[in-house]
Amino acid sequence: MKALIPLFVILPLAAAFLIPIFAGKVRGFDKYLASTVMLSTVVFSLWLLFVPEPYPLIYKIGGWEPVNGIPIGLYFVLDGLTVFMLCIISVVGFLSAFYSINYIAKFTGEKYFYALFCLMVTGMNGVVLAGDLFNLFVFLEISVIASYALVAFGIEKQELEASFKYQVMGGLASLLIVLGIAMLYWQTKTLNIADIALVLEGVNDKKFMLFTQFLLLAGFGLKAALIPFHAWLPDAHSSAPSPISAMLSGVLIKAIGIYAIIRLFFNMFMLSTDIAWVIIVLGSLSMIFGVFLAIGQWDLKRLLAYHSISQMGYVILGTGIGMLILARGGDLKVASLAIAGGLFHLVNHAVFKGLLFLNAGAIEYRTGTRKLQEMGGLSEKMPITSATSLSASMAISGIPPFNGFFSKLLIIVAAVLGKFYLLALFAVIVSIITLASFMKVQKYAFYGSSLRREIEKIKEVPFAMSFSMIVMALLCLALSLLIFPGIRETILMPAVESLMNMGNYGVEILGY
Amino acid sequence: MTLFLLCFLLFLVGLYGVITRRNLIKIVLGLCIMEYSLNLFFVLIGYVHDGIAPIITKGSERATFVDPLPQAMVLTVIVIGLATTAMLLAIAIRLYRKHGTFDIREINSLKG
Repeated sequence: MKALIPLFVILPLAAAFLIPIFAGKVRGFDKYLASTVMLSTVVFSLWLLFVPEPYPLIYKIGGWEPVNGIPIGLYFVLDGLTVFMLCIISVVGFLSAFYSINYIAKFTGEKYFYALFCLMVTGMNGVVLAGDLFNLFVFLEISVIASYALVAFGIEKQELEASFKYQVMGGLASLLIVLGIAMLYWQTKTLNIADIALVLEGVNDKKFMLFTQFLLLAGFGLKAALIPFHAWLPDAHSSAPSPISAMLSGVLIKAIGIYAIIRLFFNMFMLSTDIAWVIIVLGSLSMIFGVFLAIGQWDLKRLLAYHSISQMGYVILGTGIGMLILARGGDLKVASLAIAGGLFHLVNHAVFKGLLFLNAGAIEYRTGTRKLQEMGGLSEKMPITSATSLSASMAISGIPPFNGFFSKLLIIVAAVLGKFYLLALFAVIVSIITLASFMKVQKYAFYGSSLRREIEKIKEVPFAMSFSMIVMALLCLALSLLIFPGIRETILMPAVESLMNMGNYGVEILGY
Repeated sequence: MTLFLLCFLLFLVGLYGVITRRNLIKIVLGLCIMEYSLNLFFVLIGYVHDGIAPIITKGSERATFVDPLPQAMVLTVIVIGLATTAMLLAIAIRLYRKHGTFDIREINSLKG
């Protein structure tokens, strides 16, 4: 069981290096190896999710045991939240890789695409598994450097400019994170997250801690594109090839931004109401401004990218409310509900935003445009794309029975129960504006009449692309089941509990 | 303390470069300077007064060593910095080929 854990890093990493070597010699080696590797991680992660095992599982790299209770080796830690994230990464990753089989065929340098794709997945899996801060940073850099290259994959003017912007902002974020890690190391003389959590319980230097927390929040906030750190995201996510946009928006900002924030601020630092308020404010700002910036967009992929900012706001808001209630010592049930809502929205967003970007890619594949005004009347010509896009649009705007409704409901109910009436109102209003904005997308892209003459020639996209879209649309429906007790306890609650037992994290991992 | 302040000053120099310069290459240089200042800061953290290199030989078992862990981490950060700088410069060269200039005011086409 424990021996499975490093496979999540080893398999994609091996694939990333094998693909450029053998792709020229064996026909189709690159696409099929990438898809196979991703499919095997899907199987492993689902197996880990459903096999009941006492969490956390710890894999000590090289077998270095702690000396006198002080951990000296590198740890891979697998607990409820990590398994949850691994499932999201591998499922969305597999569907995007499978979708790419047709989509990337029109680009040159296919093998480099798949190599970079596998490298990016390696980095994300490493980030969620890493048990120490420095490893977390190294894996984070692996995934973002691969994503820099993937954003510029089209090497046209816009892609290059977006990639440069993304790299400068990403470089700043990495420097802030390194500075934060250096400050923490200075204070605690250790890098293991669990060990730091134990040492920090005895540290009372409040100013020093606040400074470090702000550094890390700014660094990971830049990676997660929370407003006011969002400027790079719409450019980068809309310029990348569509399967990569689905990966960036669907998984990357969550795995290296949101995951790192909630892991460090729940399990490593002592909870404080100040930081919880900062996180809530960042979340609600992203939620509100993201949607207002989105509604005016006419470029389909830019519109979706701005919605990512807004939906990430919901996730941060939900977990932030949970953090505030926990820090005040309030009702544990409400806190658990808020965190469950946040994490539930995280998985939902990965699925429906991934699907929306794949739809945008399908439209671009057949019509060659991303401008909403130039589309129209596609629902007859591309029925699968139209139907899946409709279900994803309903999911993101929170219409039952799709998954987005239930996660937004959980967040809003938790906000009301925790007496944050204003935040609940904001969440409802943002949801309505999201609905308006996606009605615009549906109307201009799929219904109405087209001004274009070549519309007669357009047909449905090839099998691999439509397969991925259909699976994601089914997931949009199936994930609503997570709301029901029984299913919720097996899938969602272990992740929530690993955040809820914040103080015990260090003790559990080091095995005192 | 003075050393830490100088280190911070170097960081600000780099930040100033990234924010105010219009030339792509100068922005990259600014990022590099910021990274060097951080590396310096990291090594300073591990410094122990009168410490020697942490290599245990006969006769030095009881000597005071400097902390080797920040040095190891700085090496890793340098390698990562090499990768990001190479990537940035590659993109800058591509941009130069497309636009014929390094000036960001003329390259700027993405808005909103």
